Amino acid sequence: MNILGKLTWQAIPFDQPIPLTAGATVIGIFIAVLVWITVKGYWPYLWKEWITSVDHKRIGIMYCILGLLMLLRGFIDALMMRSQQALAYAAPGYLPPEHYDQIFSAHGTIMIFFGAMPFVIGLINFAVPLQLGVRDVAFPTFNSVSFWLTATGALLVNLSLVIGEFARTGWLPYPPLSELRYSPGVGVDYYLWAVQISGVGTLMTGVNFVTTILKTRAPGMTYMRMTMFTWTALAACLLIVAAFPVLTATLAMLTLDRYAGFHFFTNEAGGNAMMFVSLIWAWGHPEVYILVLPAFGIFSEVVSTFSHKALFGYRSMVAATMVICIVSFLVWLHHFFTMGAGGDVNATFGIATTIIAVATGVKMYSWLFTMYGGRIRFTTPMLWSLGFMVTFIIGGMTGVLLAVPPADFLLHNSMFLVAHFHNVIIGGVLFGAFAGMSYWFPKAFGFRLHEGWGKAAFWFAFVGFYVVFVPFYVAGLLGMTRRMQHYDVPAWHIWMVIAAFGTLILACGAACQVMQIIVSVLRRDELRDLTGDPWNARSLEWSAASPPPSFDYAVLPRVECLDAYWRIKQRALELGRLRDEPDYKPVEMPRNSPTGFICAAFATIMGFSMIWHIWWLVGVGFIGAFATFVVFAWRDIPEYVIPAAEVARLDRANRDARRQALETYLAQAE
Amino acid sequence: MSGYSAYSTTVDAAPLGYGEHAGARGHGAGGPASARIVIGYGFWIFLLSDFVMFSCFFAAYAVLAGQTAGGPTARQVFDPGSVAIETACLLLSSFVCGLATLAVAGASQLWTHVALLVSGLFGFVFVLLEAREFAGLVEMGAGPQRSAFLTAFFTLVGCHGLHVSLGLLWLGTMMAQFYAKGFRRNIRHRFLCFSLFWHALDIIWVAIFSLVYLVGTVL
Repeated sequence: MNILGKLTWQAIPFDQPIPLTAGATVIGIFIAVLVWITVKGYWPYLWKEWITSVDHKRIGIMYCILGLLMLLRGFIDALMMRSQQALAYAAPGYLPPEHYDQIFSAHGTIMIFFGAMPFVIGLINFAVPLQLGVRDVAFPTFNSVSFWLTATGALLVNLSLVIGEFARTGWLPYPPLSELRYSPGVGVDYYLWAVQISGVGTLMTGVNFVTTILKTRAPGMTYMRMTMFTWTALAACLLIVAAFPVLTATLAMLTLDRYAGFHFFTNEAGGNAMMFVSLIWAWGHPEVYILVLPAFGIFSEVVSTFSHKALFGYRSMVAATMVICIVSFLVWLHHFFTMGAGGDVNATFGIATTIIAVATGVKMYSWLFTMYGGRIRFTTPMLWSLGFMVTFIIGGMTGVLLAVPPADFLLHNSMFLVAHFHNVIIGGVLFGAFAGMSYWFPKAFGFRLHEGWGKAAFWFAFVGFYVVFVPFYVAGLLGMTRRMQHYDVPAWHIWMVIAAFGTLILACGAACQVMQIIVSVLRRDELRDLTGDPWNARSLEWSAASPPPSFDYAVLPRVECLDAYWRIKQRALELGRLRDEPDYKPVEMPRNSPTGFICAAFATIMGFSMIWHIWWLVGVGFIGAFATFVVFAWRDIPEYVIPAAEVARLDRANRDARRQALETYLAQAE
Repeated sequence: MSGYSAYSTTVDAAPLGYGEHAGARGHGAGGPASARIVIGYGFWIFLLSDFVMFSCFFAAYAVLAGQTAGGPTARQVFDPGSVAIETACLLLSSFVCGLATLAVAGASQLWTHVALLVSGLFGFVFVLLEAREFAGLVEMGAGPQRSAFLTAFFTLVGCHGLHVSLGLLWLGTMMAQFYAKGFRRNIRHRFLCFSLFWHALDIIWVAIFSLVYLVGTVL
């Protein structure tokens, strides 16, 4: 037996210039960054303040950075696919089939699991405890473990670029193609372990935030006083708790098939491949709502803030959110109407699918009526929200069309379907994440993002989106199926060329996003948020300083109504002064811990050695991870104390800024 | 898998402001609940997710139970006698774990360790019996690779067995912690999670016993 399992020099793609160059570039950049950090001496700072941090704000920011990087990584895959399909009319194009298949599989996997999920969870991490008026999540160290396990998954997927290969099965590895007989390489194994490990992290996030939202809220924060974003985060995390174990079980079954010769989904010995399809979508459809519900929450915050009005129909919004939360578990079969479950079953799920659109429609009207009669400010987050409303309605309507089983039989697995889900995921989740990023950025860093570059990024993304995906709808109606490495139907060619042109517009949008961050950092002094409330917003997080101190709130706020901070501001205006200074006490906060990072390092070792069948190293990884937890469990002092004087100093600075803002406002009013 | 959180110590001041407000149960009016409630509640949520995972393996078993591919059927491979002893071991283990909870409440090192040891021994016998059952099946050519029915059976029952085995690892760690750290608050919270976990595995076993073994041998 080989000590390195299946791993040999053959795993490095020396004969394939594209992945080799791409891999070498990524490694080059990675090493350059490491060298730069070392030369500048940033390691102690990074280790103490970020890598081992259990602060929900820091973890949230790291999640968002991971999400942004992976969105760029997945976008490069998209550029390759679009250019291939533009070139591959009656021609082989430049990507051979086995490589093209890996690219579309990696694109979907990366965008959903390592782009959209971390971005959304990052925003939840950052904003929810602040909106609840508390100091951290229920289990801060587990939160760090969650993040680092997600990072492990992202690392494994990207490792497959250089060592071995990635799956060629699509982002959901349907058997029998994904079984050992038809996919003997390590590609599917990379998928399985990367997604499984990050899935454990996501599950822990779900448990953590359900507990946080249901059990740790500021005094007076009753359910009907929670912000819409918190509600949607709760719904998403309930879905995570209920759906991610299904993913874990399903991937475990496929893993057993591939590693131990089991027969869950094989063609032989009574296995049932259709069971995989059913199980994976029992996770997959709720997953869609795990992503989009928090985005709905962000739009609710943004639309209300920038319309200068309370959210219209708050209770209906809460009800609609929870209806979606439940009904999202009753529609999964619409992903495989064509599998042959029969007319009655298809009709049932078709109707359930149209019902879920009703709840989403309720939300759309709530946003529209919130804007109605409001004083709207067209800031970057508001532009993303408006772009979302238009785009998501179109995506929703094509979704309702696909929910009709006879129509679905024609459009199943076509470019029309691809256009539909990009329509809702880009228009819903991605626009939401960008709206959230530009909305909460000043809270996180103490300065706003540059509006000009932000608006440019929006317009490029908005226009580029339509130029790419409207042609997809047309090509789909012309009969073009998805995932084609080449084709010879002349009618499709022009649409693929237009779509490829559209990706260039999207690339300009991506470049503007990068520029926006660079320019904002360079000009941070003029963009500084001095008051902690740059948008004149309504919810509690804007009552903390920008950026908030590690403990968020000097004393937990007492919540009296929805839009709690708005009430506080109104009262200050009436009285002409701030609330009385509270009685400052020392604050205890959880100490930082390297548990998450070390545990993820061992998980990486374990995942990598499972992929390459290096069994002894699997043992090392497991024992290491267990030992890490035992060491963590053994520590005696889990908290540190911030003295009352320090708490008072930080809170007084925040109060001074607000007092000045109040006095300036009152002076102007006179 | 060990359940704990980063706070809750012997120190009286409540970290993160939890439980500062008298009678707080996290329902909103009173502010964050106490660490004990937060930790127990969080662990319950995790257990629910674990139940969902098991339900997938149950569903797979229900789909594949008839797919014997010409191999042995349920009636031919299940041994009700052995399963009865396994069940007794597991239930006794849980009962003694309950006694350990009393010993922990009474802060008795001796009885805590005795009860946990006995509880662990029952669990260990359970795992041994299950391993013997599995080994016997493999030997008679009825391993998990034989048919989809056996695949689903081995995975469902084996997943429960894996949980019990990991639980034993946790139980050992728990004993070491009581020995080294005494009965301070955060260790007691961890033990609360462990006992929830241990009892939850019984619930799973009752379902396995009824839906797999009883249905398989009686029907």
